[in-house]
Amino acid sequence: MKASKLLMATALTAATFGMAGSASAATDSLTLCWAAWDPANALVELSKDFEAESGTEMSFEFVPWPNFADRMLNELNSNGTLCDLLIGDSQWIGGAAENGNYVKLNDFFDAEGISMDDFIPATVTGYAEWPKGSPNYWALPAYADVVGWTYRKDWFERPELMAEFKGKYGYDLGVPESLEQLKDIAEFFQGREIDGKTVYGAAIYTERGSEGITMGVTNALYNYGFEYGNPENPYAELDGYVNSAGAVAGLEYYKDLYDNGTPPGSSNWYMGENIDAYKSGQVALQMNFAFIWPGVNADPNVGGDRTGYFANPPGPAGQFAQLGGQGISIVANTDNMEGALAYIKWFAQGDVQAKWTEMGGASAMRSVVEAPGFADAQPYNQAFLDSMAIVKDFWAEPSYASLLLPMQSRIHNYVIAGQGTAQEALDGLVEDWVEGFEDEGLR
Amino acid sequence: MSGNPIDRIATATPAVMAKRVRGLSDRAIAWLFVGPSIVLLLAVNIFPLIWTINLSFTNFRANRLRDAEYIGLRNYERILTDTDTWQSMQATANFLFWTIFFQVLIGFALAYLINKKFKGNDLWTTIIVLPMMLSPAVVGNFWTFLYQPQIGLFNYVVEFFTGIDSSSFSMIGDVSLAPWSIVIVDTWMWTPFVMLICLAGLRSIPDSIYEAAECDRASKWRQFWTLTVPMVLPFLMLAVLFRGIENFKMFDLVVQLTGGGPGSITTLTSIDLKREAFEKWRTGYASAYAVILFVTVFGLASIYVKALNKVKER
Amino acid sequence: MSGFSVTQPSNRQKWIAGLLVITYAVVTLMPLLWIIATGFKSPEDAISYPPKIVFEPSLEGYVNLFSSRTRITPGMEETLQPPETWYDQVARDAGTIIVGPSRYGQRFLNSVIIGFGSTFLAIVFGTTAAYAFSRFKIPIKDDLLFFILSTRMMPPIAVAIPIFLMFRQLGLNDTQLGMILLYTAVNLSLSVWLLKGFIDEIPFEYEEAALIDGYTRFQAFYKVVLPQAATGIASTAIFCLIFAWNEYAFAVLLTSGTAQTAPPFIPTIIGVGGQDWPAVAAGATLFLMPVMLFTILLRKHLLRGITFGAVRK
Repeated sequence: MKASKLLMATALTAATFGMAGSASAATDSLTLCWAAWDPANALVELSKDFEAESGTEMSFEFVPWPNFADRMLNELNSNGTLCDLLIGDSQWIGGAAENGNYVKLNDFFDAEGISMDDFIPATVTGYAEWPKGSPNYWALPAYADVVGWTYRKDWFERPELMAEFKGKYGYDLGVPESLEQLKDIAEFFQGREIDGKTVYGAAIYTERGSEGITMGVTNALYNYGFEYGNPENPYAELDGYVNSAGAVAGLEYYKDLYDNGTPPGSSNWYMGENIDAYKSGQVALQMNFAFIWPGVNADPNVGGDRTGYFANPPGPAGQFAQLGGQGISIVANTDNMEGALAYIKWFAQGDVQAKWTEMGGASAMRSVVEAPGFADAQPYNQAFLDSMAIVKDFWAEPSYASLLLPMQSRIHNYVIAGQGTAQEALDGLVEDWVEGFEDEGLR
Repeated sequence: MSGNPIDRIATATPAVMAKRVRGLSDRAIAWLFVGPSIVLLLAVNIFPLIWTINLSFTNFRANRLRDAEYIGLRNYERILTDTDTWQSMQATANFLFWTIFFQVLIGFALAYLINKKFKGNDLWTTIIVLPMMLSPAVVGNFWTFLYQPQIGLFNYVVEFFTGIDSSSFSMIGDVSLAPWSIVIVDTWMWTPFVMLICLAGLRSIPDSIYEAAECDRASKWRQFWTLTVPMVLPFLMLAVLFRGIENFKMFDLVVQLTGGGPGSITTLTSIDLKREAFEKWRTGYASAYAVILFVTVFGLASIYVKALNKVKER
Repeated sequence: MSGFSVTQPSNRQKWIAGLLVITYAVVTLMPLLWIIATGFKSPEDAISYPPKIVFEPSLEGYVNLFSSRTRITPGMEETLQPPETWYDQVARDAGTIIVGPSRYGQRFLNSVIIGFGSTFLAIVFGTTAAYAFSRFKIPIKDDLLFFILSTRMMPPIAVAIPIFLMFRQLGLNDTQLGMILLYTAVNLSLSVWLLKGFIDEIPFEYEEAALIDGYTRFQAFYKVVLPQAATGIASTAIFCLIFAWNEYAFAVLLTSGTAQTAPPFIPTIIGVGGQDWPAVAAGATLFLMPVMLFTILLRKHLLRGITFGAVRK
């Protein structure tokens, strides 16, 4: 009995201790929530300046991408108090604005002289506005990001490979000028022996659980003619846009690329897996958000001259790229509103933004990216600017998850599991989306 | 007052003794002892259940500010006519069937062997039991590593024994293999549970029965089918019941292993429900889904228990 | 016992049975040994082909598990101080510097607090309720007991929907208190069910004697029944603790940071790219080890307990 009494006593003291610990959050501290990735580490470093200036103690809660949306939306919806500041994904903004999870920042911007005209227009629309196209701001563009490609320049420049490629496809091996060419290159490298190692074509997004395959397939869909709906009234008319002949061709393209140009077992890959595959020399091409580019450039195995960067190549219907990136918002539940506002004010300064990009962040401020010399400052900057000029984003409606989940399921079912046809997948998606909009009273 | 069960508890103690007892009355003790448990179970089980049933008739969304409306049986109608629901039900049924099949087969065989009481059998039994004591989420997550093409231990072992190239197949990525990948891990984890219950059953058979059979010159094979199997059957059926209920609820292991993919091949009902409730936040719809699942598991379990009692009575 | 018995297996049978069981045990143990081994591998060894059985031990996984690090960029090297501790050295060798502790320690502590807290309550409430069920006659006792057990039939996700809403109203989301109460309620059904069995086995005469000696009912319970039931209580407690320790579904839905336990946290340990397998394996090893040791050390009581609830019915 003695032992069990001791155990109980320990448990009780531990419990009271633990609770006291969690209750004593000081008001001159701020918790910032974001995804766990390289830029987040850079933000920790950058924020040290803010801590020194303001005396506010910063703490951070970083969640890996596959769990990020789940965890943070759950946190918002449970009226949680974990985060004061949240760098939330661009699709959340509709819901967070309409449900009162974010603080509207217009008055604050006006008072502090922060102007949205100072930021890249696509990022203002993508990260800050709700409803889209109206001057209602719920966030400050914090991290500009977009899907683009990296390729193994060193392999592309090998004479024997160049000759073989030219013989086979009739044009020079290099940065692909179209998605069709990109597929040729992926197929060319698929299963090839390079330096005694079997390598494969391209690492592309195929992840099922969160948003991975959607963020990947849209890069093909957009460029083959997919539209989210009739541009005049997207909610009312989906049929013939979402499942247009072009959209079907785009989806078939993505499956073709997956079947013939990607490593075996890459059926559930997203950012992390793609980085791993690329850095370990497994693939010649990598689809990924631009945030990884500084890390690739610094990598001892594939960095420097061995890698090149390019924007998503055009397809028959144009050239677009999937927008990534986030704005920084204040969680309405915060118990330190002043501190949170002070942080955003500090973060919006031109020199802080310049330092942000320098440290591995990606400022969306025009004074930073339009500065003379920016395009040449890093080998990937030009590709970044090219990509930011062609961005397109997924729905950001409050019900975006009801639109995203069916897309994940329909696309994964067709591309990875090989069930049904592309036409059936997209027809099904139209049905799901129509149902989603009907539930919302938008149709 | 006499209709209240707790009051009746107290009066049930012999009156003579109740007088001798000092301090709190029996009635007070009964209230005090059962009260907290009842309150907690009411608060965390019954009240939420009633709330869920109520929500299931509404279009409530937990992430919206606007009020919910009652929409009658619409949610139920939609769920039962949704092909995705039936797909996940089918995936769950397949998963249940094959996990129970393998676990009963291997579990019973192991119990039978362990019952031979070889030296050190209790230590080896313990080692076999280890997987079922561990966190399915943590272990399931690590199994995705074992299942990696080429570098994964599982694939390597398959290559080693069969010569199939370890980078040529992906247990959790291939449509035809993914359902087996979750069956394998669940069988690895839970076979010991079936084994332990079977072992209890085998040990409950008195030696004298076999001795009598031996006198009748019944063959070993015949003894096995006419004595061992029927005597262990009630235990085995109980194990099947427990495994059935547990795997009907399955979430953590499969979510970590396949996340319901590829496509929706391994999307079990719990995973489907989680997407509706906590990703799409269709709370009313998900509540109706939860009620349907509850009725299903409760109904199936009741029918099964009836059958079990019949077997026991024989 | 004489040399020949019809019910005693022959030595040959024993030998074959033993061989087969041990083979199965070794196979079943492989994944667990692999977790432990991977925790001590360097990231390169962890993903090598063919998988390495012999490797040079590395503590990088454990260092990564407990620290958060940032990559050393080319400009940084000159300004760096030489590493002060062994773990700084390990991180430096991998091209990173440690900038602070990771969240693993805090999540582990949450698991300890929530696990022990809920077990303690489930045992206190469970023992008293089981005693009442065992000693007092209740007309609908069987139904009530079955009802208590049936609460475990609900899929946790289904239960989590109203609990989520309830916790939101009460401000219990992502709190240790909320998780303790929830796990207590879930464990209560198990503990009442198991403990009633143990208390049923204690002869009523002991208490009767104590009551006649002038003990109060409560004293009789505390001084006579409890010590007799100690073994049963201990093994029930271990089952409750293991459930709370391993639970994932509620934890992932109802906690986001402050009260998050280890099971939802460990799968999200990532390195520079995807999952940092040595760190994940290190975290899993530390988390699984207590349960493995418990199981092996207390096997006599535990193995009985697993089948106990089922077999008694």
